[in-house]
Amino acid sequence: MNAHLTPVIAGFIPLLDSSVLVVAAEKGFAAQEGIELKLIRETSWANIRDRIVVGHFDVAHMLAPMPIAATLNLTSLSTSMFAPMLLGLGGNAITVATALWREMTAFEPDRLGEPASTGRALAELIRARREEGKPLLRFGVVHPFSCHAYELRYWLAAAGIDPERDVDISVLAPQVMADALAAGQLDGYCVGEPWNTSAVLAGTGRIVTYKQAIWPNSPEKVLGVTEKWANTNPDTLAALLRALSNAADWCADPDNTEALATLLARPEYLNCELEVCLPALTGEMQLDQNLFVNVRDFVSFSGGLSAAPRSAHGKWLFGQMVRWGQAEKSDEASASVERVYSSQLYCDALELSELQDDDSIQLFDGSH
Amino acid sequence: MSGGLSILVIDDNKIRASIIEQGLRDAGHEQVILVHQMDGLVRQISDINPDVIVIDLENPNRDRLEHMFQVSRAVRRPIAMFVDRADSGSIEAAVDAGVSAYVVDGLKRERVKPILDMAISRFRAFSKLTEELEEVRTELADRKTIDRAKGILMKSRNLSEQEAYDLLRRTAMKQSRKIIEVAQSLVIASGLLDD
Repeated sequence: MNAHLTPVIAGFIPLLDSSVLVVAAEKGFAAQEGIELKLIRETSWANIRDRIVVGHFDVAHMLAPMPIAATLNLTSLSTSMFAPMLLGLGGNAITVATALWREMTAFEPDRLGEPASTGRALAELIRARREEGKPLLRFGVVHPFSCHAYELRYWLAAAGIDPERDVDISVLAPQVMADALAAGQLDGYCVGEPWNTSAVLAGTGRIVTYKQAIWPNSPEKVLGVTEKWANTNPDTLAALLRALSNAADWCADPDNTEALATLLARPEYLNCELEVCLPALTGEMQLDQNLFVNVRDFVSFSGGLSAAPRSAHGKWLFGQMVRWGQAEKSDEASASVERVYSSQLYCDALELSELQDDDSIQLFDGSH
Repeated sequence: MSGGLSILVIDDNKIRASIIEQGLRDAGHEQVILVHQMDGLVRQISDINPDVIVIDLENPNRDRLEHMFQVSRAVRRPIAMFVDRADSGSIEAAVDAGVSAYVVDGLKRERVKPILDMAISRFRAFSKLTEELEEVRTELADRKTIDRAKGILMKSRNLSEQEAYDLLRRTAMKQSRKIIEVAQSLVIASGLLDD
């Protein structure tokens, strides 16, 4: 405990992309910026949301759509928020039960997980199942307002599968996904690492595609902060953003990957085996029992400009909320979303010139 | 009590759940149902048709539950969080105590507030109980350690029990440490020497 440091309390969920926060606290990056970063592990996103709203947390590790949902009053305990920094890009994958994959292979899906091809195979299988009068396939996502939900739906819809009618999508905590798949309660899911790898290693799941293939280098988790806290503590927030940017650069250095995995595996963080953390960090992903592929930037952390939120990110996420009936489109809502995903706080803190938004988002099917 | 509210308590901690149940029953609520596991919860909730749901914050299934309220046609009506958005005091108290509640939309705040208050106070009481239990456990463990330290001194220095305790106490005072700390060091040191 150092009396000269300003305490900042951050809530996090034990996932691979809590790395930047963990490293900032553990490797001295927060202290270098005059901050004592205290991390509190949580068990649900609902808790993260509630505890940031009542002020237990100053900042939090959040699903990229959560600050938008909170600002637009789409969930209980809503409040205006900012997403001043991206804490991780990529990192999710879609896994199906090995039995389902075997049925899909009749329709020749790409073995390396190309999303259009695996989606088409699933669509053909779903058509065949419908003719045979089989029940709907059940998929899991971690939260209604999550990139997982939007990626899964986007992938399904691009293949002509109606996510509302042709499958049954429910919400489950990430740490129980693999068990639910093994127990036959789910046929597939979209979740962050290490929960895809754990099903592959257990022999119960097969990775059919992944976030980096669906929307390359797209935001996954953000730092969430209430507008109120940001306005009351501008200097602390700026210092925190610099610390997190440096921590992200440390995470991005391949020389530190092993050390990062060892740190994350510790009981107070992910509390898992080292082998489970490593594949996503190195990009050496194992899609099934015998198939290894190198996915460049499967999950990526880096500071500087690449961690700046962009209004195009916010726009895409809000677009998905509208598409799936979670939000109503309005000019007012769009303006709010733009504020949530403004790069200004981040760029000011790091003395970067503010981003010109180039709307360069492109997904696997060519749309944006 | 006719027209009473039905209350569903979801808590993995069976002891805490029954403490809450008892509290609610004492307050005149007769329809209190406890659920310890989340399997088949949608069906259970649609069968039970609760007016109020109380859930502990350690439960990793809150996200699942909230999603279910959003989309499920089986659940009677959309269920809103807590009593009232304006009632931030209650919300803070609940989160502090480690409990959350969901309430069927349209219920009058006056009917629900006492239930939430009850849950909050029982959750608090339970954590206090757990802390006290922990203290008692530590105290017992401390006493055992001191006994072992005394035993070591009695054997190695050929002291009586009282003399051994006095020596520990004097050493602690001299070094401005607690007796238990001196005893712990002694036990650890003697363990090392034995090896």
